[in-house]
Amino acid sequence: MAHSVPAGQKWWSGGKSPFNVEYGKLMMWYFLMSDAFTFGAFLISYGSIRFATNGWPDPNEVFRAFPLMGDTHLPLVFVSLMTFILIASSVTMVLAVAAGHNNDQKKVTTYMIWTILGGIAFLSCQAWEWTHLHGEGAWWGRNPFLNSDGTAATTNFTNYFFTITGFHGFHVFSGVIINIIMLIKNLRGDFAKRGHYLMIEKAGLYWHFVDLVWVFVFTCFYLL
Amino acid sequence: MENVHPIDTGHHEPSFSTKPIIRTFWILLGITLVELVLATIHLKTGFPPKLVLNGVYLILTCAKAFYIIAEFMHLRHEIKNLIMTIAVPATLFIWFIISFLWDGGSYKELRNRYDRHHYEMSKEKAPAAEGEHEPAAKKPGAVE
Repeated sequence: MAHSVPAGQKWWSGGKSPFNVEYGKLMMWYFLMSDAFTFGAFLISYGSIRFATNGWPDPNEVFRAFPLMGDTHLPLVFVSLMTFILIASSVTMVLAVAAGHNNDQKKVTTYMIWTILGGIAFLSCQAWEWTHLHGEGAWWGRNPFLNSDGTAATTNFTNYFFTITGFHGFHVFSGVIINIIMLIKNLRGDFAKRGHYLMIEKAGLYWHFVDLVWVFVFTCFYLL
Repeated sequence: MENVHPIDTGHHEPSFSTKPIIRTFWILLGITLVELVLATIHLKTGFPPKLVLNGVYLILTCAKAFYIIAEFMHLRHEIKNLIMTIAVPATLFIWFIISFLWDGGSYKELRNRYDRHHYEMSKEKAPAAEGEHEPAAKKPGAVE
């Protein structure tokens, strides 16, 4: 529940923490806001172009492959798996944060390792998907897929797909790097010495944000 | 000075239990599965019309976003003023989405009406053979 601030106190006259969060955590929130608008601009631009185009490829025809399944028609299954992986790694991240609240260094280590593994698994899935699509002839500036009505498609579809999922994948990649640094710092006992695990919380905010963006990328590219 | 904490460790409330986390995980997983099932039903039967389905997807997406932000990122448990500094600027998105999509749709309509060549080319079926069709798709739009 949201805490309400007791009335009558001068919260903004200095010496107090009006939002009751640490400075770095607050700034992480505002950084994520700016990042949300960057991703928002990308996705809205994609939507704008899509609304301005007469035909568009059917995502169920484009994204239908699954590793080691050959030519089986499995629309959406692989991306759903990727979504599941990212959500699961988000859960282990919260569990790491919760363990940090209890100053449980060992559990933080365990959950951070799981989170990192989840991130790597997601990146591997994306690498496979990109390789597969590239093998079908799709890349920036090249679009082998026809529109759903059989007319020729523009390259906007592939350009947006690779740019936005690439930008998101880069975020996941940097998130994994940040998590690895946090894991190393935790193993060295830095947080235990400091007495709090706020750094884990900040890394966690970033990681959840990556998950959040994926939810929108999933909807915009694969479902709509 | 007793109110000054040199380091506010954020331990301001004890509500960081693992139960709601697991519950949120099941909710998120459930919503994703519902989306997958709906998409599959639509592919097989075409039953929920695509427009209705898109509305459902958007609602479900917003629900997922809410759960991630509120529970995983713990925003629901912060002070209300902090929530407002996040939530109020985020409402700008509502206008961004409406205006940009509207603009895109209007551009398409005007172009189809006044650039007949573009319109006819975009309705032409692509050649069945594999390969170089993307230049053909780009050319008609070169009028600008």
